[in-house]
Amino acid sequence: MKRITSAALAAAMSMIAVSGASAETLKIAFIDPLSGPFGPSGQAGLNEWIYAADQMNAKGGINGNQVEVTGYDNKINPKESLVQLQKALDSGVRYIAQGNGSSVASALIDAIEKHNKRNPGEEVMFLNYAAVDPSFTNDRCTFYHFRFDADADMKMEAVTNWVKGQPDIKKVYIIGQDYSFGKAVAAAAVKGLTEKRPDIEIVGNELHPLGKVKDFTPYVQKIISSGADAMITGNWGADMVLLIKAAVDSGFEGPILTYYGGSKGAATAMGEAAVGQVKAIVENNTNLPMSDEQAAYVDGYEAKYTEDNYYYHRIHNAMHMLAMAAEKANSIDPTDVAFAMEGLEYESPNGVVTMRADNHQILQPMFMSTFSDDVTRGVEHLTLGWKSGPNDRIEAEDTRTETTCKMQRPKK
Amino acid sequence: METIVFSLLNGVIYGLLLFMLSSGLTLIFSMMGVLNFAHASFYMLGAYFAYTISEASSFWLALVFAPILVGLVGALVEKYGLRTVHVNGHVAELLFTFGLAYLIDEVVKIVWGRNAVDYRVPELLDFPLFELFGAQYPAYRIFTLFVALAMLAGLWFILNRTRWGLIIQAALSHPHMVGHLGHDVPRIFMTVFGVGCALAGLAGVIGGNYLVTDPAMAVQMGPIVFVVVVVGGLGSLMGAFLAAMLLGLLQTFAVAIDARFADIFGWLGLSETTELGSITIASLAPMIPFLMLVLILMIRPRGLLGDREL
Repeated sequence: MKRITSAALAAAMSMIAVSGASAETLKIAFIDPLSGPFGPSGQAGLNEWIYAADQMNAKGGINGNQVEVTGYDNKINPKESLVQLQKALDSGVRYIAQGNGSSVASALIDAIEKHNKRNPGEEVMFLNYAAVDPSFTNDRCTFYHFRFDADADMKMEAVTNWVKGQPDIKKVYIIGQDYSFGKAVAAAAVKGLTEKRPDIEIVGNELHPLGKVKDFTPYVQKIISSGADAMITGNWGADMVLLIKAAVDSGFEGPILTYYGGSKGAATAMGEAAVGQVKAIVENNTNLPMSDEQAAYVDGYEAKYTEDNYYYHRIHNAMHMLAMAAEKANSIDPTDVAFAMEGLEYESPNGVVTMRADNHQILQPMFMSTFSDDVTRGVEHLTLGWKSGPNDRIEAEDTRTETTCKMQRPKK
Repeated sequence: METIVFSLLNGVIYGLLLFMLSSGLTLIFSMMGVLNFAHASFYMLGAYFAYTISEASSFWLALVFAPILVGLVGALVEKYGLRTVHVNGHVAELLFTFGLAYLIDEVVKIVWGRNAVDYRVPELLDFPLFELFGAQYPAYRIFTLFVALAMLAGLWFILNRTRWGLIIQAALSHPHMVGHLGHDVPRIFMTVFGVGCALAGLAGVIGGNYLVTDPAMAVQMGPIVFVVVVVGGLGSLMGAFLAAMLLGLLQTFAVAIDARFADIFGWLGLSETTELGSITIASLAPMIPFLMLVLILMIRPRGLLGDREL
């Protein structure tokens, strides 16, 4: 028995030695909900990170290093996320990817900042692909945090610009999830609407508990009896699906302006009834004109994960920008990569994408997408999907907002 | 005015759905002393079975066969699982159902995937029944109301007007006596467990497309069902009914009321700008079931109409 163990040990040791001799592995820990009401959103994100890594590895990896993405289930709980972060750090991870929930991102930013201060030379970089609380790139900005999605204010800017051109809209109802993100959305909506359309009456501004409401009908009936012509919501995951289902069932007729109408399951819940009614402000939809290379990327993803649709285009961008930064720095050390990432420009399939140096917020073209039955690529095995017209494109530079960030950079 | 009408309607429907779910649990709990942690999982199974059956044939077949299937699964679980575990006492039973809940969860994820499935309201009922104050009221909701009422009447009839009901009621309080009289008590237990699960299945069939059918539905519904049973009182179907209605109404009314703490306690000097004053009543809705649970256990531990202490 003992001999077998030692033989196995020797074999294992030699394996390590062999792999150690070649290039390092760039490990990315994906910390997001992989179970519960937000599990589907997290799983879709993980699948896309893994796919992006596989594609990168097929092209030779990042600066010659293979990329490995591992999922850690945080059950969308900030405390659990810190436990998972520690687990990831213990297994030698230097890159963290997270997006679902600004509450979680907030805890991770603090924990990573602390870790980086206490462990010089072992810094960790945070690739934020979807947590859009504006404070992360303003008052609370940190050097190792990079956001690859437009923040809540930038998205609301686009939403309120759209409302500005709709004279029929006189009353707006704002509904959102009760945590930092939902509050940020509501504040931005109120600010944007009062600036651009002072004549609009905000007939309701409501927050509901995150992930706990099972039947939104009472909320929707309240919205309808308030006389609202349009609804603005930042909801995502199950909260998006259920809200939109109730709105369609109760016959809410005005436009529903969302951030995450593309949340998994929402299209199925909406069905034909919501065509033309639901809009989402996104960085991509699969009915935009695509190069053959990008089409192959999307098709490859949807063929590999038949339950998923290509949604998180920003993960594709994040992976490519990470690779570009690492090659520019000729290193995969997070500090070197972070310096190289600042101000980096990437020619993405939808146009040039820039990582702002002053607050580490991405600037990318955004699209006001509409749920439509006239699409070439449907979602969720339906003939319905998201598309945007030529006037729905918002140039990257036009999404730029003022920042209050005073970036503290480490010494090079 | 419209708030009251809508909240009454929604509250009653939600309450009836809760009752449908918890009636089975109350029966099982009071008869066998088993706190069935997997009960909400049977609710989920009902929804998924109904989805699969209605994809293959029609919703109406699903309405009949999905609960029967769930009932059969429940009966098998009782016969081959719980009965074997029973000799080791209540803790073992509790752990068994606890494990079962996770097992069903995982099986559902493997078979139907991690996402919500497209389980739709049948076309025949997919129209607005009437319009109230500008909002349409879906016909399916009223259908839900009638199914629940029919189930309620059926259950009441069986328990109070048939020989079977008599035996079940007797077995509730004096299982040994019933056994000595020559009745097959294990079979009664199996039947009750099966029927209880079938009721949960029925709730799943009509709740699955009324809400959303996804692998998280059991976890979301589970705790609330327990609250209904405990608040209603052990062994009392009437109590469960009252508790379910109370919960349904309270929760929907809380959501519909557009008020903050400051509006209610303003006379105490609470202003809207303070942390406490800015809390809306609507945001308290999800807390209400558990607040009720805590209060009832403190004030009246045997529940509203229960005749036994917990």
